[in-house]
Amino acid sequence: MAAGFLEIIKREWLLAVRRKGDVLSLLVFFVIVVSLFPFGVGPELETLREIASGVVWVAALLATMLSLSRLFANDYADGALEQLLLMPQPPALIVLAKITAHWLLTGLPLALVAPLLGLQYGLSGAPLLVMSAAIAIGSPALSAIGAIGAALTLGLRGGGVLLSLLVLPLFVPILIFGAGTVDAAVHGSPYSAHLLLLAACSIAALVLAPLASAAALRIAIE
Amino acid sequence: MLAVSQLAAARGDRTLFSGVNFTLAAGELLEVVGANGSGKTTLLRVLCGLMQPVEGEVRWNGENIRALHEDFHSDLAYVGHLNGVKDDLTPLENVAFARALSAEPRTAATAAQALSALGLTKQQQRLPSKVLSQGQKRRVALARALFSRAKLWIFDEPFAALDVAAVGLVAERMSTHARAGGVLVLSSHQEVAFDVVQRRQLRLGGSSAPTFN
Repeated sequence: MAAGFLEIIKREWLLAVRRKGDVLSLLVFFVIVVSLFPFGVGPELETLREIASGVVWVAALLATMLSLSRLFANDYADGALEQLLLMPQPPALIVLAKITAHWLLTGLPLALVAPLLGLQYGLSGAPLLVMSAAIAIGSPALSAIGAIGAALTLGLRGGGVLLSLLVLPLFVPILIFGAGTVDAAVHGSPYSAHLLLLAACSIAALVLAPLASAAALRIAIE
Repeated sequence: MLAVSQLAAARGDRTLFSGVNFTLAAGELLEVVGANGSGKTTLLRVLCGLMQPVEGEVRWNGENIRALHEDFHSDLAYVGHLNGVKDDLTPLENVAFARALSAEPRTAATAAQALSALGLTKQQQRLPSKVLSQGQKRRVALARALFSRAKLWIFDEPFAALDVAAVGLVAERMSTHARAGGVLVLSSHQEVAFDVVQRRQLRLGGSSAPTFN
């Protein structure tokens, strides 16, 4: 079972390496969205420092959102999804592997780029690292919750818009705890409680989401 | 081994077929025939468990496939209407991935052997699958199933896009499987010669009741 899990991650990795554009365009989107705000809000460092955590988190949500529609759609279109679901592996494990791979290729790169963007907002030192850690810890929940939405909207016309309507409201708790973590760090107050809540969200989502999305996938391929 | 009783399936409101009954023993090959839209693909998908029947049940070794889950899947090799071949991976990677996930024993034919047996050269096996022709992609999809140790093979139009030589190779492989005690279900519009002991036919017709010979 563990071997099957690793095989799927290896495959997703290979596919991403062959289509580097997908991951790169996501990162560029993230960078551009975050960089737009200082132009709109103005260059006062005090204001920028206040809004930094919120802006970076919202941009991270949107970037994740963009990548979600591809999570199952390609496999669905070329028939690889039905082959996957007919493998002698539990469907929930297959979905968990896909979620993990999605996090490795989306959440993790976003977390690594985020500190650079924080610099634009006048952050320095510890808050930058906290921002990176918060995104790394919170983004598994985004990938997992997103997988439910992606599975439910699979094969629907206009599924992309529906997907955002379904999933973005569910992202709110993660946004609150995530932005709260960075905010606390910026103001020098303790942030470990926020970080732990974020971790709790991710763990709960990783446990429940694979079951829900596997059930949704079964319906989608009928 | 494979038993189907009172099976009915529908697409939306339209009933495609009902009252399908048959039993296949080890070594038997079932050909599902019928006009376009008579429900061949739907029947095969119901047999795999990809679709739920409206009525009736599919039993494998006496147990409903819905209760067997992954145990049924380890006995099943399915090639559908879609190839399920990833364009960005090489044929070798495609087949090796499927074999790894279905936990094929190492002693069985490797991915490279399976592809060579279906006429893909060493060089073609290492190209991205997107540069292959439709027929070559079909061979990759078939290579995944034709060399698996699964007992039950279900193929939807396996010979579509294949050239005469490949049809021969595939039919021979299928016959070998049936003679070794496997069970085969396939839909086809082509007349293909199989060297098997028991060849059955199920005819699905729009208005008339399904007939099994």
